[in-house]
Amino acid sequence: MTDTSSHAAPLAFLSPEAFQARARAVVENPALQGSFRGAMDFLMQKRAAQFPHSDQLEELRTLSEAIRQHALSRLPDLLEQLEDRLTRNGIQVHWAETPAEANAILLKLCAEAGAKRVVKGKSMVSEEIEFNHACAAAGVDALETDMGEYIVQLAGEKPSHIIMPAIHKTKEDIARLFAEKLPGVGYTENVDELIRIGREVLREKFLEADVGLSGVNFAVAETGTLCLVENEGNGRMCTTVPAVHIAVTGIEKVVEKLEHVAPLYRILTRSATGQPVSTYFNMISGPRRPGEQDGPEEVHLVLVDNGRSQAYADSQLQRTLQCIRCGACMNHCPVYTRIGGHAYGTTYPGPIGKIVSPHMLGLHATRVLPTASTLCGACGEVCPVRIPIPDILLRLRGENQGAAPLPAPQEHRHPLPEAGSGRKPLERLAFGTWAFIYSRPVLYRSFLWLASRLRQLTPRHQGGWTDHRVPLKPATRTLRDRLRERSAR
Amino acid sequence: MSARDRILARLRAAQPAPTDAKALADLLAAGVLLGEPGGEDSLADRIASFRAAMTASHGEVHDATEANWPDLVAQLCAAKGIPRLLVGQNTPHGVRLAAANHPGLEFWAGALPGKPGNSKAEHREAAAWKERLFHHTPASLTQARGAIAETGSLVLWPDAREPRTLSLVPPIHFVLLPVAQIHRSFHGLLRKEGWGTATVLPTNALLVSGPSKTADIQQTLAYGAHGPKELIVLLVHPAPQSGDQR
Repeated sequence: MTDTSSHAAPLAFLSPEAFQARARAVVENPALQGSFRGAMDFLMQKRAAQFPHSDQLEELRTLSEAIRQHALSRLPDLLEQLEDRLTRNGIQVHWAETPAEANAILLKLCAEAGAKRVVKGKSMVSEEIEFNHACAAAGVDALETDMGEYIVQLAGEKPSHIIMPAIHKTKEDIARLFAEKLPGVGYTENVDELIRIGREVLREKFLEADVGLSGVNFAVAETGTLCLVENEGNGRMCTTVPAVHIAVTGIEKVVEKLEHVAPLYRILTRSATGQPVSTYFNMISGPRRPGEQDGPEEVHLVLVDNGRSQAYADSQLQRTLQCIRCGACMNHCPVYTRIGGHAYGTTYPGPIGKIVSPHMLGLHATRVLPTASTLCGACGEVCPVRIPIPDILLRLRGENQGAAPLPAPQEHRHPLPEAGSGRKPLERLAFGTWAFIYSRPVLYRSFLWLASRLRQLTPRHQGGWTDHRVPLKPATRTLRDRLRERSAR
Repeated sequence: MSARDRILARLRAAQPAPTDAKALADLLAAGVLLGEPGGEDSLADRIASFRAAMTASHGEVHDATEANWPDLVAQLCAAKGIPRLLVGQNTPHGVRLAAANHPGLEFWAGALPGKPGNSKAEHREAAAWKERLFHHTPASLTQARGAIAETGSLVLWPDAREPRTLSLVPPIHFVLLPVAQIHRSFHGLLRKEGWGTATVLPTNALLVSGPSKTADIQQTLAYGAHGPKELIVLLVHPAPQSGDQR
C-alpha cells in the first residue's frame, strides 16, 4: 500500500481558550453525546467489576499512593540513579526542559539514524510536546501505530481520551475514514475487517521504519528498566523491529524498584479499561546485546520536564505527579462524559488534564478549565493513587482569582506564575459588594427590605440564566419575616 | 548549566522529606493484596487459575507431557493447517521437534537489520530475513520461563537463541510452559526471583497474557491487532498423565 500519513488530514493545533465554544458544540450534538455516554458507562462498569471488594481496592490504593509518594519524595535522587543504571545498561539518556528542546533532541536522534520514517507506539508525552508537528516541519514521516492513534491521525485529529484515543468515533466514522483515506480499501463496518486492514498497512511500516518511538509507563531506577503497558503489540513492534528505539517520558514516571511496579501495574489496567492485565507488559533493559538476533542497536530515553518541576515545587500540586495515566477520572467525570476530550483543547483532557495542564501551558491559557467541574468528587474517589483532584481544582480556582485559599502552614506553598488570570472586574465587583453587604447586619436588612419592595425592577435578561429559565425575582416577603411570623403563631 | 542540571536543581530545591521507606516495605510484604492468599496454595490451584485466566483472555490452553508435547504440536499444526513452524536455533525444544520430524520445521536463520553503518551485504541479508519473518512465517514456538496464575500471564525471556520477534511477528504463537514454573502473582515472582538484582534481566523481559487485541473501534474487541492472532499454550506436565498432577 502507499504512504499512509500523506493521506492523513493536516494536523491542527487546539487551544484551551475556545473551551466554551467547543463544549457547546458537543452538547448540541446528540449523536456524539450518545457515543461518550455509552463508552463511559461501559468503562465504568468494567472497572467496577474488577474491584468487587472495596476494602481490597482501598488497600491497593493505599499501597499505590505510597509507592508513588515514595518515588516523588526521592525524585532527584531516583532520576540520577535511573540515568546511571540506564547508561550502564547501554541506554542513552537525554534531558529536556521544554517541548522545543525535547523535539530538537528527538529530531537530532532521527537525523543521526538517517530516519525518514518514525513508527510511534502510544505516547502522550509525544502528544504533549507536539512531536508530530515538529516531524512534519522537519520532513520526517511520523506514523502512529496504535489503532486508535492511527485512526485519529488519519482524521487529522488529536486523541480525545488518553487510553482510548478514538473513543469519539463510531465504527461508521472509521469505515468512512478508511474508505476515503486508504487506497484500495472499500467501505466496511466490520470491526475485525477494519482492524485487519490497519494491521496490514502498519506491518509494512514496521518493516520499513528506521526509528521506533514509544512512551514509558514506569521507569525503574534500581534496574534501569523501561516498562510499557499495551494490548496491541505495536509497542513491542516499535521497540523491537527498527534499528533505533527512542523512548520519551515525563520526569515523574520513575519508581525506585521493579517490585514497586507490580501493584501499580495491577491497579493501572483495572482502573483504565477494567482489564485484570494487559496483553503485553514489556520490560526493556537495554539495546541488542552481542549475539542477539534482533532488537534495536541503540536505545535512548528522553526525560521531559515541561512544567513538572513547577508542580513539584508546591506540596499540594506535587501530588498531580503521582498520576499513572489510567484515565479513570475521565471515565467517571460527568463533565467529560458530556463534552468529550477535544473540548478541553489540552493534550490531557478531563479532571487530570485540568490540574496538570496549567503547569504545561500556564494558568492564563487554562484559566477556564478548573471551572468546568461540578466538584462532585468522583475523580478523586476513583483515582488509583488518590490524587485529591477536587481540592486541587479549588486551589486552581483560587489561583485564578489571585488568591489561593486555605493556606496550610506545614505545607510548602509555591505561588504560580500568572496567578489572577481568571479574574473578571465585574464578577469581583459583584462578589465584593455582596460580601460587603451580607457581612453587615444593618446593611443586610436594609438591602432585603429594599429588594423585596423593588422586585418589579429586576431585569428580564439575567445573563446565561434566562437562556433556558424564567428570570429570578426576589420574593414579596423575606424568609426572615416569614420565619418570625411563624414562630409568633 | 545543562537542561539536566537545571531540572535536577529545581527538584532538589523543592524536595520534601523522604517518605517512610520501612512503612512501604511492610505494606509490600503484606502481599495479601497482591493476589497471594495467606493460606496454602497448591500447584493444582495455580494451574487451574492460570488456565481460567488465559482462556478468558482468548488464549488456547492444552495439556501435554514431557513425552508427548511434540506430537501434540504436530496434531495442532495439522488441525489448523499450519504449513511451517519457526523455532529458535539450538534450543532443546527445537532439537526435540527436529527429532520428531515435525513437518515444516524451520529454525531461526538470520538477524534483523541494525543501523546502516553495518556492511551492505550484511544489511541486505538481514533485510531478506526480516521480509521472510514478516511475510512467510505463519507460526512460531517458544519456551516460557514461567507464568503467573492470577492473571494468566506467560513470562517470556527472549535471548540470543529465542529472539524477541519470534514471539511477536508470526500470526500464531505456540508456547511451552512447564507447569512447575507457574507462580501465584507477578509480585510474588519478582520477589522470589529478585529480578534485576539476584536475577540479571534480559534485554526485553515480557509478560504475555493472550493474543494481541484492541478495542479501539467503538469498544469492540478484535484479536490480532499487531501481534499474534492466536496464542496456544501447552502446559507441560512432568508425569505421563496430566491428571497425576492434581
